[in-house]
Amino acid sequence: MTTAAIETPPAKCWPEDGITRVPAWIYSDPDIYAREMQTFHYGKTWNFVGLDCEVPEPGSFKRSWVGERPVIMVRDHDGTINVVENRCAHRGSLICWETRGKARDLSCPYHHWSYDLKGNLMGLPFLRGAQGKGGMPRGFDKSQHGLTRLRVAVRGGTVWATYSEDTLSFEEYTGPEILERLDRLVSRRPLRLVGYSRQMVKSNWKLYWENSRDPYHATLMHPFLSTFGILRTDGDYHSVPLEGGKHEYTYSQFDPELRNRTSEASQQIKSISNDLKIQDTEVVTSVIDEFNDGMMGAFQLFPTVLVQQYFNCLVVRHMIPKGPGAHELAWTYFGYADDDEKMRELRLKQSNLVGPAGFVSLEDSEVLSLMQPVVESRPDSQQVLEMGGHGTGAQSTMMTETLIRAFYEFYRREMKL
Amino acid sequence: MTKATASRAEIRDFYDDCAAVLDAEDLAAFPAFFTQDCLYRVISRENHDDGLDHAPIHCRGKAMIIDRVTSTREVALYQPRSLRHFISGVRILSDDGDEIRSSANFLIIESLVEQEPQILMVGRYLDRIVREEGELRFRERSCVYDNYHIRTTLVIPA
Repeated sequence: MTTAAIETPPAKCWPEDGITRVPAWIYSDPDIYAREMQTFHYGKTWNFVGLDCEVPEPGSFKRSWVGERPVIMVRDHDGTINVVENRCAHRGSLICWETRGKARDLSCPYHHWSYDLKGNLMGLPFLRGAQGKGGMPRGFDKSQHGLTRLRVAVRGGTVWATYSEDTLSFEEYTGPEILERLDRLVSRRPLRLVGYSRQMVKSNWKLYWENSRDPYHATLMHPFLSTFGILRTDGDYHSVPLEGGKHEYTYSQFDPELRNRTSEASQQIKSISNDLKIQDTEVVTSVIDEFNDGMMGAFQLFPTVLVQQYFNCLVVRHMIPKGPGAHELAWTYFGYADDDEKMRELRLKQSNLVGPAGFVSLEDSEVLSLMQPVVESRPDSQQVLEMGGHGTGAQSTMMTETLIRAFYEFYRREMKL
Repeated sequence: MTKATASRAEIRDFYDDCAAVLDAEDLAAFPAFFTQDCLYRVISRENHDDGLDHAPIHCRGKAMIIDRVTSTREVALYQPRSLRHFISGVRILSDDGDEIRSSANFLIIESLVEQEPQILMVGRYLDRIVREEGELRFRERSCVYDNYHIRTTLVIPA
């Protein structure tokens, strides 16, 4: 008879090797997940809620989420944008059931409590009862029973919300580098909504968060990228952690000649199949360099979004946590109000690159949904993050995990782990 | 009386033949169901009803369908899966002797390793069909799915 080692439950302390190791229990532990929501999403952070073009007129609303909590983004009569919880102050029922629409006020379907577009309780049926019976007590103060209202920041065409009074101003929160990259995409011209893709991924939100901080996998697991020379390790590429690891950006200078070159690095990538030809090359080329900088890239604005520009495809990936083992991705594709017909079509065509059916993104959700049960089965195991060394500085290469290490430096500090 | 482009039975056969190709993962045979200048897209009902153009799969022209097929067959990485299409309620909405507008409901069940079969997608086809060299072809096919979100990924065209 063999004596199987008795598995001791993993202690919830970080491995001694620091940020080059990530303990697997953080991807499934319900207490950690609850703490993340409190510390990050409901704490001192700015959460993406939507684009201003989604609520074009007074009364236009859109449902969104901050962490797991449903919220409503609504344009007020004076043109400003409010964000309130989609939760009736009476009994907690969902007020707004439509994804997007237009309304004069916000009225709860359950007991018809109605709120103005700022979330103030305006009235409720039978406040004084009926036939002298029932009704609310005399002392009931409507002003104390409004919808929970979040602080809002609008930057260019983007709308952000926070629960905390102590959150830094949006500009201080993002820092100058992220702000510059955000402005490049959303602050120069009025935005136009192109549409949504929504996707359910059965993995912990951090696995996806790490995935978009992981250029190492990109040329290996997404052969489409390397095959067509869109991103390759021998191209110009930068991985830049920012604000103590909280945010990051990656970018590359597009090189149309890259596809035709082979190098020591490209020969290491098994997935490059040089004989593959694409028929409609508009999908994979910068037909119109609309920002006049030849640049392509993405940045993460913690804790909710990856904002991405692939040629002329512009998209915000909004990560909405749905418990420790799942998250939803709401992809909002956008363009500009003055896009001509050619540009509109280009954006639609290049949208085939990213999204739930994206040539360079469908592998991510496949891999991560298969990874989740494995990490759950071994909470005592550890991830290894040593590509590109042990540090957290910016690096001009794809062959690095510096962005993930930098994230966990930030994460451990905030989570006190 | 204008000349009819095709009968309802013929349209039904055309739908079934196209679905059979996808169920068999014979993706190479898929582009032949389309005209050269076609529009093929898989679009959410949310976008479609709101007049939003974005579609997770948007192929303008047969070349883009061929590219998607090549990419799926040659380079994409995904879990092995079986798809079964169930098509019902095939209707001809109009037929001007040159082009048929038709619609049908679709249900696609996906089976993955270690999991129970699940509904990948349910929705309706909105099509414009023409005859080329005697054969029916899609000039336009919009697969409008009712799902609020796509479960994990959309790999095979609908």
